[in-house]
Amino acid sequence: MTARSVAMTIEQVAVRFGGLVAISDMSFTVGEGEIVSLIGPNGAGKTTAFNVMTGFLTPSAGRVTYRDTALNGLKPHEIADLGLIRTFQRTSVFPNDTVYDNLLIGLHRQGRVRLLDAILGLPGARASERKLRQRASELIEWVGLERRAHDLAGSLSYGEQRLVGVALALAAEPSMLLLDEPVSGMNASETHRFVELIRSIRDRGITILLVEHDMPMVMTVSDRIVVLNYGRIIAEGTPDVIRNDPAVIEAYLGHGAARA
Amino acid sequence: MRIVVTILAVAALASVPLWLRDPYLLNALITTGIFVIGAMSLNLLLGFTGQLSLGHIAFFGIGAYVSALTSLGFDVGLPGGFRVVHEPWPPIIGLVFAILAAGLCGYFVGLLSFRVRGAYFVIVTISFAEVVRLVALNWVELTQGPLALTNIPSIALPLPGFGELTLRTKMQNYYLVLVVALIAYLLIARLVRSHFGRAMRGLMENETLAVSVGIDVTRTLTLAAVISAAIAGAAGSLYAHYIRIIDPEVFAFINTVTMVIMVISGGKGSLAGPVVGGLIFGLLPVALRPVMAPEAQWIAYGGVLMAILFVLPRGIVPSLAQRLTKRRSSTAALALTETGIEERA
Repeated sequence: MTARSVAMTIEQVAVRFGGLVAISDMSFTVGEGEIVSLIGPNGAGKTTAFNVMTGFLTPSAGRVTYRDTALNGLKPHEIADLGLIRTFQRTSVFPNDTVYDNLLIGLHRQGRVRLLDAILGLPGARASERKLRQRASELIEWVGLERRAHDLAGSLSYGEQRLVGVALALAAEPSMLLLDEPVSGMNASETHRFVELIRSIRDRGITILLVEHDMPMVMTVSDRIVVLNYGRIIAEGTPDVIRNDPAVIEAYLGHGAARA
Repeated sequence: MRIVVTILAVAALASVPLWLRDPYLLNALITTGIFVIGAMSLNLLLGFTGQLSLGHIAFFGIGAYVSALTSLGFDVGLPGGFRVVHEPWPPIIGLVFAILAAGLCGYFVGLLSFRVRGAYFVIVTISFAEVVRLVALNWVELTQGPLALTNIPSIALPLPGFGELTLRTKMQNYYLVLVVALIAYLLIARLVRSHFGRAMRGLMENETLAVSVGIDVTRTLTLAAVISAAIAGAAGSLYAHYIRIIDPEVFAFINTVTMVIMVISGGKGSLAGPVVGGLIFGLLPVALRPVMAPEAQWIAYGGVLMAILFVLPRGIVPSLAQRLTKRRSSTAALALTETGIEERA
């Protein structure tokens, strides 16, 4: 095994909504700088797992630890403060602002100045504002949306909105990024560019946890894959191992994807 | 472009007392101006965070009472045989206390209700206003109840070296209101363009996403409530020292409704909206009074409101600004039109 240190530990997490068991018993780890994918059929509990890791949902049992901090009981914005940032399946942008202003909102964590300084327009606040504007432009460039910077985010195509969502997440300076089905709705060439983007994010030392349906994409980009079915982990390993795991093939992938 | 419009508007407003000699009209302008300040404070909550405070007049009324009592003095008994005696202080200190007291109330109301938000905030604010009205009505020893607080002194500005200037004339009061309104306007403008303003907008547009990028909901909304309430309190203080008599009727629900109408018609979420809407609906009754019977006036008032919202559904300022800058998507143009809340309204 690699000598990588562990970033996130999920220990025996269970989530029940009344009588419905969304996750029965889930344990796995994500190493620093690793790209791990969480896959499984619809309703397998992937998004639920995401919600637990980012504080939007409190698990019925078990615990999630990120860099030695237990996340149980923390509010989402406090978890964001730890550097754990997520994107969303559907609601990925602030639709009535321009892409540029979206990024400025996303840079909230970097722009904390005292209220009075901001109102009086003191030099400190202005310098911080300048820095934010520059950072926003950089991030827009990074995801390749320069031409759309001054369009309303709500008017962008689905794929472009996904990119805004990722840029927003990056704006929060994550040390770990959780991407919830980032390429759904993208065409093949958009997906290809997105894979490149994910790699460049990882190359900056950001750990990535991915939930995705697009099997070829998952197989290409992941270091390790965790397969979830009916709320429990049925397999875990490198893409090659997963591809050839009979349980996975039977439960989920099918022959077509297994050849991918 | 926008700066030019702002300067022209301020210059026009500042010149009014120089050519308008009718004290009745000047009086109407002063009271309208005070309500415009209230509407601006309401807009900070309604337009920039999407939270509707239907008890906003409570903060206005608290400001009025705190300021009046500070400058009149009082002598009340408390349970347990204690007595609190307060000697009259200068009205300008009353203004400061009014701002602080209203802001404090905004803090508690915000803290209480923003855990749940939306409809709950509306209900909490309505109840809050009603409770405050009942206190003002029934704590006769302090507030004189329905007998009203009378003889409230006019505001006196301390002028170093010259003693002080008591603002007695309509013209002086007009300029006082104008200056306070300008300060409130600039304060709100700076606030909504800072990263606090962006946090508010983010919460209004997409709360889940805003939270995930690290925006603290309760803190952001409570902050907006405190500043909004404090500005409303300042307006209430101006009202008390200008009218010089206040009774619990100041807390009437219709006053909140008037402010909401000013904000919605002018355009919520636009800085100039409440000013434009406020001037129209503050002065409309005055304009209608000589030409029609009282019953007809209210019908006409409602008719004008419906006409505005029918023709310019997003409010006057955003709709007009959008038409003027249709092809331009510069940040400046957006700042004028950024209501962005139609879906949430």
